[in-house]
Amino acid sequence: MSDKEKINQITRERERWENTTLPKWMGQRPERKSEFRNHSDTLIKRVYTPEDIKDLDYMRDLGLPGEYPFTRGVHATMYRGRLWTMRQFSGYGTAEQTNQRFKYLLKEGETGLSIAFDYPTIRGYDSDNPFSQGEVGTCGVAVASLKDMEVLFDGIPLDKVTTSMTVNGPAAMLLAMYIAVGDKQGVSREKLGGTTQNDVLKEFFAQKLIIFPPKPSIKLVTDIVEYCTKHMPRWNPISISGYHIREAGSNAVQELAFTLYDGITYVESCLERGMKVDEFAPRLSFFFASHNNLFEEVAKFRAARRIWAKVMKERFHAKNSRSMWMRMHVQTSGCTLTAQQPLNNITRTTIQALAAVLGGTQSLHTNSFDEALCLPTEDAVKVALRTQQIIAHESGSADTIDPLAGCYYIECLTNEMEGQAMDYIQRIDDMGGATVAIERGFFQKEIADSAYKYQGETDEKKRIIVGVNEYTTGEDAAIPILRIDPKVEEKQVAGLQKLRRERDNRKVDEVLEELHYAAEKDENLMPVIIEAVKAYATIGEMCGVLRKIYGEYKELIVI
Amino acid sequence: MKPLLPVGEIAKGVLAGDRRSVAKAITIIENNASKAQELIASIYPHTGKAHIIGITGPPGSGKSTLIGKIIREYRRKGKTVGVIAVDPTSPFTGGAFLGDRIRMQELSTDQGVFIRSMATRNYLGGIARATKGAVKVLDAAGKDTVIVETVGAGQSEVEIIKIGQTIVVVCAPGLGDEIQAIKAGIMEIGDIFVVNKADREDANKAVMDIQAMLQLNNKEKKWRPTVLKTTALTGEGVSQLIEKIEEHKLFLEQELERNTSRGKAESELAEAIKEKVANSIIEELKSEGKFEEFLQKILEKKMDPASVAEKLLNEKFRKQVQKCQN
Amino acid sequence: MQSERKIRILIAKPGLDSHDRGAKIVARALRDAGMEVIYTGLRQTPEQIVETALQEDVDIIGLSILSGAHKVLFPRIMELVEQKGLTDVMVFAGGIIPEEDVPEMKKLGIKEIFGPGTPTEKIVQFVFENLPERT
Repeated sequence: MSDKEKINQITRERERWENTTLPKWMGQRPERKSEFRNHSDTLIKRVYTPEDIKDLDYMRDLGLPGEYPFTRGVHATMYRGRLWTMRQFSGYGTAEQTNQRFKYLLKEGETGLSIAFDYPTIRGYDSDNPFSQGEVGTCGVAVASLKDMEVLFDGIPLDKVTTSMTVNGPAAMLLAMYIAVGDKQGVSREKLGGTTQNDVLKEFFAQKLIIFPPKPSIKLVTDIVEYCTKHMPRWNPISISGYHIREAGSNAVQELAFTLYDGITYVESCLERGMKVDEFAPRLSFFFASHNNLFEEVAKFRAARRIWAKVMKERFHAKNSRSMWMRMHVQTSGCTLTAQQPLNNITRTTIQALAAVLGGTQSLHTNSFDEALCLPTEDAVKVALRTQQIIAHESGSADTIDPLAGCYYIECLTNEMEGQAMDYIQRIDDMGGATVAIERGFFQKEIADSAYKYQGETDEKKRIIVGVNEYTTGEDAAIPILRIDPKVEEKQVAGLQKLRRERDNRKVDEVLEELHYAAEKDENLMPVIIEAVKAYATIGEMCGVLRKIYGEYKELIVI
Repeated sequence: MKPLLPVGEIAKGVLAGDRRSVAKAITIIENNASKAQELIASIYPHTGKAHIIGITGPPGSGKSTLIGKIIREYRRKGKTVGVIAVDPTSPFTGGAFLGDRIRMQELSTDQGVFIRSMATRNYLGGIARATKGAVKVLDAAGKDTVIVETVGAGQSEVEIIKIGQTIVVVCAPGLGDEIQAIKAGIMEIGDIFVVNKADREDANKAVMDIQAMLQLNNKEKKWRPTVLKTTALTGEGVSQLIEKIEEHKLFLEQELERNTSRGKAESELAEAIKEKVANSIIEELKSEGKFEEFLQKILEKKMDPASVAEKLLNEKFRKQVQKCQN
Repeated sequence: MQSERKIRILIAKPGLDSHDRGAKIVARALRDAGMEVIYTGLRQTPEQIVETALQEDVDIIGLSILSGAHKVLFPRIMELVEQKGLTDVMVFAGGIIPEEDVPEMKKLGIKEIFGPGTPTEKIVQFVFENLPERT
C-alpha cells in the first residue's frame, strides 16, 4: 500500500468511527466544552491522526539533531551530552547580598549566573537620583559603578562561570563593567562567556524599560554586537527576547512571530553596518517564555528553531550552519504565577519547565513559587532549582532527543504555529518592518487585545485558573516574604557618594567628555565606555551624557 | 455630600489663576449646561487676551510630541500655556481613553502650564462641545497661549476654525493616504503646515506635495500659508514654527479692526443661537412625548431621522404660525 | 444642552517598573464601562500624578505599582492629595502589595487595594459603588 492509500484508509476509518463509535459515547458522555482552544486561540481537534501530518517530509521538516532545519535540536547529542544550563535570574539589595545569593546557588548546583538589576540601574539612574527613591535594590541588585560589579563577583572567577545580564538601555555600560572585572581578575575578553539581553526592540512595545529612542538604541545594540564579534567570541551580545512580549500579554504565536521579526531586524541592522552574516549570526541567541499549555509550548520552541533556520538560510543566505542555529534560554512564566495558594505555583513551574526541556532549550530559569508576592526567598529559589534537577535526573526527559517528535498532535501544532508566525512576519514586512510596526502601534495593539481577551476569559471562567477563579479557599496560607531592608538604599547612596569623593574626578570628567564626543561622531561607543567604567564613572553619569545627545523615548500607548 | 463651590467662587478662582478652580470650571462646562452659562458669562469680560492655536492632523503625525516641544519653547520665552487635548468618545460605550498628555507629562508640574484632556462626548468635527468654553476658562485664567489639539482621527476636523486663531496642520512623511485626507478635509483651514518627522528621507517630498496643493487652494488669501519642517523628537524646527505662529498672530492683530474678529464673533453668536434653538425644540418635543414616539418609528425602521426632523419641524412651525395668527 | 456627568478617572503608574499589563486592562475595562480614563504612562512621580489629577479634575485615582516601592511612594502621593485639597477624590491601588502592608496603606487614605488575580469586573463595580459624591 502506498502512503497515500494508507492515509485514505485512515480517513475512511476515522469517518466510520465518527459515525458509529463516537456518537454513542457523545450521547452518554458528551464533551465538556463545545470547542477546545489553546492560548493562541487555535482550535484543538478531538484526536490527531496521521492525516494531520500527511504532508510532513521527515528530512525536509525535521531532519536530525544538530542539522538543518534544527527542528529536533541544535546539538547532535543534546542533553545526553550536557544538560541545559540551570540559570536562575537573581539579584536583590546590595551587591554583597546578591554575591551571597550567587554563591549559594552555585553551591546548590546552579550552572550559570543571571543578574537581575534594580530599576534605577536598568533605567540608567544612579541610586541617589530622585527617581530612584524607594526602588534601590527592591527588584534587583543596585549596580551604579564598577565598584558594585567588583563586589558582585567577589570570589567568583569569571572564567569558571557564564553570566547573563538582563539589561538593555545601559547594556554597554554593564558589559563594560563585566569586562573590567575580568581584566582585574586576569581573565581576558576572549574567555568571558555569557549574554547581554541587549534587545531594545521588544522594549518599545513590551517591556518598556528602554531609555533612548529607537534609532540610537539600535545603534548601541549594533555597537555591542560589533565589539563582541571582534573581541569576545564566547559572548552572546544579544538575547532576542519573546519572554517580555508574552508577559505583556501576547499569545504564543505572537510571541514567536514578533521575537523572530525582531531577530530579522537586528540581522538587517548588522548587515547595514557592513558585517558579514556568518560573522555575527552564530552568536545571536534567543529568550522565550514557557507557559502552562505543555504541547503548545513544545511546538512553539520547535517551530521557532525551524523558522529561524529557514530565515537565516533563505532570507539572509547564511552559509555557516551555526548561523542557522537558534540557541535559546527559557524562563517559566511569571505572569502565570498566582498570589492565591502560592504553593500551586511549584506545579505550574514544573509543567512549564518540562515544556522547555521537551522543547530543547539550552538554558532554563525556573520561577520560585513566591514570585507573585515578592522576590524569591532562599528556600523558594531552592525548590525552583530542584525542580530543574528533578526533571533532569528523575523524569527521563533528558534521556532521548526531542522525545515528542512524530507525535501527530505536536507535529501538527508545530506546522500550524510556523504558518501562523510566517503570516505575521509577512504582514510586518508589508508594513515596512519592525520600526514602522512599532510606530503604528501594531505590536502594542495585538498584545493589548490578547491580554484583554485573556483577562475576559478568566473573568468569565471560560479559562480556569486554579485557586483564582475556581477551587478557591477563603484565606491563603501565609508564606514567608522576602523584605528588602530600606537601609539598603541609604547604604547604597552613602557608598556612591563616598565613591564620588574618592575617585579621580578630573579623569571622570575627561572620559565623560570623550563619551560625549564619540557619541556625537557616531563612533562605536564600547571602547570609550570601557574607559569610562574603569575611571569609575557611574551608570547615571554615562547615561546622562547619552540622554543629552539622544533624547529619551516616550512610549506610544495603545490599550 | 460635599457641595461644589458656587459658580461665583469658581469664576473668581479662575480669574485669580487658581488651578483647582480652573479644573473645576472646565468640569462644569463639560457637565452642567445651566451653570456653564453662568460661569462663562462671569468670565467672558476677561477673555480675549490669549492667543489660541489649533493643532490638527492625521494620527501618527506626532501632534502631541510637537505640542510638548511648543510648550517648552513658549515657557522659555516666559509665556504661560494652556492645553486642551481632545480624544474621541466611544459611540458604543460612552467611555473614552485620554492619553495625549503622556507626551507632555514632564511639563505637568510646571505652574505655568495647564493641560486638560477632553473627550468629544460624541460631538463631531474633531473637538468637544465644551472645548470652546474650556479655552475661555484658560484664557480668563491668564494663559498667554492656549493650544487645542484636535482628535486627529484623520477625518475632516474643521470645527477647530471656530475656536483657534492660528491653525497648524501637522502631517508626517510616509503617511501617504493621510496626505489625501488632508487634501480632502483640512487643507483649507491651515494657516501653517508642518511636516513633522522631517529627519525621514521623504520629508521633502511631503513638503512639495503640500506646497503644490496650497498653490491651487489659496490664490486670493491675504495670509499665504507656509510649510515648515520639524522633528518633534529632537525639537528641531520648533523655534521657527513659533516664529511663524507669532507672525500669524501679528497679522491677525493688524487685521483686527476688520473682519476677522467680527467674523469670529458673528459665527459664535450664530452657533449659540443655533444650539439654543435646537435644544429648546428638542426639550419641547420630549415633553410632548413626540420625540420618543418618532424615535420608536426610527428604531422600527419605519422612518429615517432626516424625514422625522423635517416633519416635526414643519408641524412645530405651522403651530407657531397658527399661534401668531390667532 | 446635554447635562451629563461623566466619571473621570486617572490610572497612574508610580515607580520605575514597567509592568503595565494590569493597569492597561483595568483602564480598558473602565473605559468600556463608560468612563473617561486618563492614562499618563509609566514612571510618574507623585508630584506628576497628583498635579494631573488636579488639572483633569478626576473623581478617582487608581494607582498601579509592582516595583515594591509603594511604601515610599504611596505616603508621598497621599500627602500631596491632602496638600492640594483634592478632598473629593477617591484613591485606590493595585499591583503587588504584600497583605501585611495593606492596613498601613489604607490608613493613608487609600480606599482599597486589589491584588493579583482580581477580576476586572470587581474593580469596575468597586469604582461605581465608591464614586465620591459631587453635586
